[in-house]
Amino acid sequence: MTCDLLVTYPEVVADDDDRVFKALADPTRRSLLDRLFVDDGLTLTQLESVLEMTRFGVMKHLRVLEDAGLVVTRRSGREKLHFLNPVPIRLVHDRWIDKYTERRVSALVDLKLQLEKETGA
Amino acid sequence: MSTMTSTGTKTTQVFRVYIKASPQAVWDAITKREWTERYGYGGGPDHDLDKTGPYRLLTSEKMKADSIAIGYTPPEVAVDGEVLEADEPHKLVLTWRMVMDDNLASEGFTRLTYEIDELPIGVTKLTVVHELEGAPQLALLVAGEWEAKGAGGGWSWVLSGLKTLLETGNEMTHSF
Repeated sequence: MTCDLLVTYPEVVADDDDRVFKALADPTRRSLLDRLFVDDGLTLTQLESVLEMTRFGVMKHLRVLEDAGLVVTRRSGREKLHFLNPVPIRLVHDRWIDKYTERRVSALVDLKLQLEKETGA
Repeated sequence: MSTMTSTGTKTTQVFRVYIKASPQAVWDAITKREWTERYGYGGGPDHDLDKTGPYRLLTSEKMKADSIAIGYTPPEVAVDGEVLEADEPHKLVLTWRMVMDDNLASEGFTRLTYEIDELPIGVTKLTVVHELEGAPQLALLVAGEWEAKGAGGGWSWVLSGLKTLLETGNEMTHSF
């Protein structure tokens, strides 16, 4: 874990939403996250098998995801396993879509439905 | 997707959050009831989780009131288990069994590890590792996949609330 600490610092800083958005803006990186969502805790070799890309290319993308905190790696024996970390996405969600916003959005949806009913649309 | 073989360790979930607070503050927020009541699902341990031995997480008055409001009578104990390792303020290892629901309780004990690392920039890295072998339903709950059913957003939601509380002193406005 001490190695992990050195690897992670200082790339990830708290409150760095930019890295999250940037990491998510690429379809290859989203497919890596999708893969981990289905089956978490994979090695580089296992992740490589889902992409038509060189090992180096996959490593580069994983690095961006790790820097954004979206992927966390842990050692298990000789293997390095990659886990999807959903917390940064949750933080973005909680900051942008708080209860207040949700209520306003749903009020607008209600209004739309009501108006459509009245006009028979 | 259907052609994918299950080769990973889906039974282990890992969550990480960076918090502008000291390791001790993070430790207190995890192990002391006066803090645990203020984020996530609320409730808290029957005693500070600072030494090994059995523990129980008790439901709070607010949790009880919320549950009764939706027609469900909550038990006094939400989670039970044992503190396996308490290395304040660096590492806490627990066995953890959700007992609020019979189906979840029947899945038995899981293993929960909190790792707290201080970074040299006034930031603490908190990693939660939940080993969920043999507990597929609890795995869905803690992954937040039952949020739409009113079961809260799992660890991501809990840790987001913990971060907000420690960094701002305020509780998140969310309830579940």
